[in-house]
Amino acid sequence: MQRNNNLLHRIVIAVVVLVMVLPLVATLLYSLSTHWGATILPDGFTFKWYLDLLGEPRFLASFGRSLLVCICGLFLCIVVMLPVIFLVFLSLPGLKKVFNFIVVLPFAVPPVVSSVGLLQLYSDGFLPISGTFWILIFTYFTIVIPFVYRSMANSFAAINLHDLVDAARLLGASTPKAFFLCVLPNLKKGILSACFISFSILFGEFVFANILVGSRYETMQIYLYNTRSVSGHYTSALVIFYFAFIFVFTLLANRIGNKK
Amino acid sequence: MVKKHYHHMSKALTYTACLGPFAILFFLFQLAPILWVVINSFIYEGEFTFDNYRAIWESAFTMQAFYNSLWLSLISSVLGLLIGLITVNSLRRVPGKIRNAVIAFINMSSNFSGVPLAFAFIIILGTNGALTLLLREIGLIDDFELYGKWGLLAIYTYFQIPLSVLLLYPAFDSLKDEWQEAAALLGASIWQYVYKVALPILTPAMIGTFVILIANAMGAYASVYALTTGNYNVITIRIAALVSGDIFLEPNLAAAISVVLMLIMAFIVMINYTVLNRSRYAKKQ
Repeated sequence: MQRNNNLLHRIVIAVVVLVMVLPLVATLLYSLSTHWGATILPDGFTFKWYLDLLGEPRFLASFGRSLLVCICGLFLCIVVMLPVIFLVFLSLPGLKKVFNFIVVLPFAVPPVVSSVGLLQLYSDGFLPISGTFWILIFTYFTIVIPFVYRSMANSFAAINLHDLVDAARLLGASTPKAFFLCVLPNLKKGILSACFISFSILFGEFVFANILVGSRYETMQIYLYNTRSVSGHYTSALVIFYFAFIFVFTLLANRIGNKK
Repeated sequence: MVKKHYHHMSKALTYTACLGPFAILFFLFQLAPILWVVINSFIYEGEFTFDNYRAIWESAFTMQAFYNSLWLSLISSVLGLLIGLITVNSLRRVPGKIRNAVIAFINMSSNFSGVPLAFAFIIILGTNGALTLLLREIGLIDDFELYGKWGLLAIYTYFQIPLSVLLLYPAFDSLKDEWQEAAALLGASIWQYVYKVALPILTPAMIGTFVILIANAMGAYASVYALTTGNYNVITIRIAALVSGDIFLEPNLAAAISVVLMLIMAFIVMINYTVLNRSRYAKKQ
């Protein structure tokens, strides 16, 4: 009885994993095949599409733009959020409630809705940045606030903040000095995990990039969309490259995260 | 006295320096767009009016977009929730090694959404896709229309599964194996255990998950856009077309549709939490 049950559970999991992995495997096969027309399996195999991809300046440029915009947005968010969370946990615990609300706001408002307002507010007027790199940086900042706040709040809660700061002050350090020399090193893990979660989210972002900027600042997601009519094999190679990149990144992230 | 005043000043200064940049950026890029949307949904040609809302009601096309979005969201969320429950239940019964590997894999596949996922679906389920051909050969389908409602339901359900599994997984921690044994000792059948013990305990997590799945599906844009090049009528595609399409731009109408979309989502959250409050177990918690 117990044995049968075990087998049943394994079958359930195998089926789910199979279904989840199917689109990926098919894309991988397609990206490696010379031609795959009206047959169930491809005709032959080649690396041609990957070589094409790596030799395409437009692809490399879009990849670079994606990296830049994600890193900048994330960096901005961490630099801006650190002092805020520090202050909230040290002397303004009443603000925690406000932040619990702020953190759910981006989930309640779909990006398409925000982009309606963003497009009207920043197309002209006092800050005409719509269609540029800058609007992406600032909107990406808002996307990752919940993730950055959550992971950093967790590590702030884990350290004994008040004792740490009091001890540093007793030894003659100013509050900023206490923050940089005592608190910050203890937050490494929280900051790292915030980076890892946020980066893959931003790297896959399409809505803001498409509606607010489009081809004027072609990120990798936009490039991917624009190549849809070029060749299915080439596009597949691009999809696999994208996924492999996220995969390696997450793997490294887990490795580093576990080591600390 | 002077010193104390100075102290207050410097404290205020520190607070502003710490909170200021965040407050400004958050206002400009998160709150202001929402405010713009809400205010301008009531403005038509410079005047305060409900015309934009009336236009939604009177346009069969917009109503169809709402209907399509709701249909896709509700069904894909129910399917996602069911598949999630079955998967997590099985995950709890296999050795830790398999469990960890599967969770890591599901965690990864949660990144597989939007445009890349749409392309993968075109490759396997498109007109000449491998899976379409295979299923046709076996005789299971005549033709699968990936670019219509069933294809979209497939892709929606696909991207709901990882989210559902990851959200439900921790909730099963509160389900103790001993309870099942205790229920069995007291003469309960497996179904009685599921209905009277397991489901009531899991209800809060299921409702929370369901709400997030609905919000996720209602707001989905990239996968539909990439799969149908913006030709299937769901509400996010409608909104985006009204602000960045190539024909008529009607941002104020887009704003009104956005407000209705947010109200529908708020309504769904409210219903779910009303149900939650009625469940006996949740009250005791």
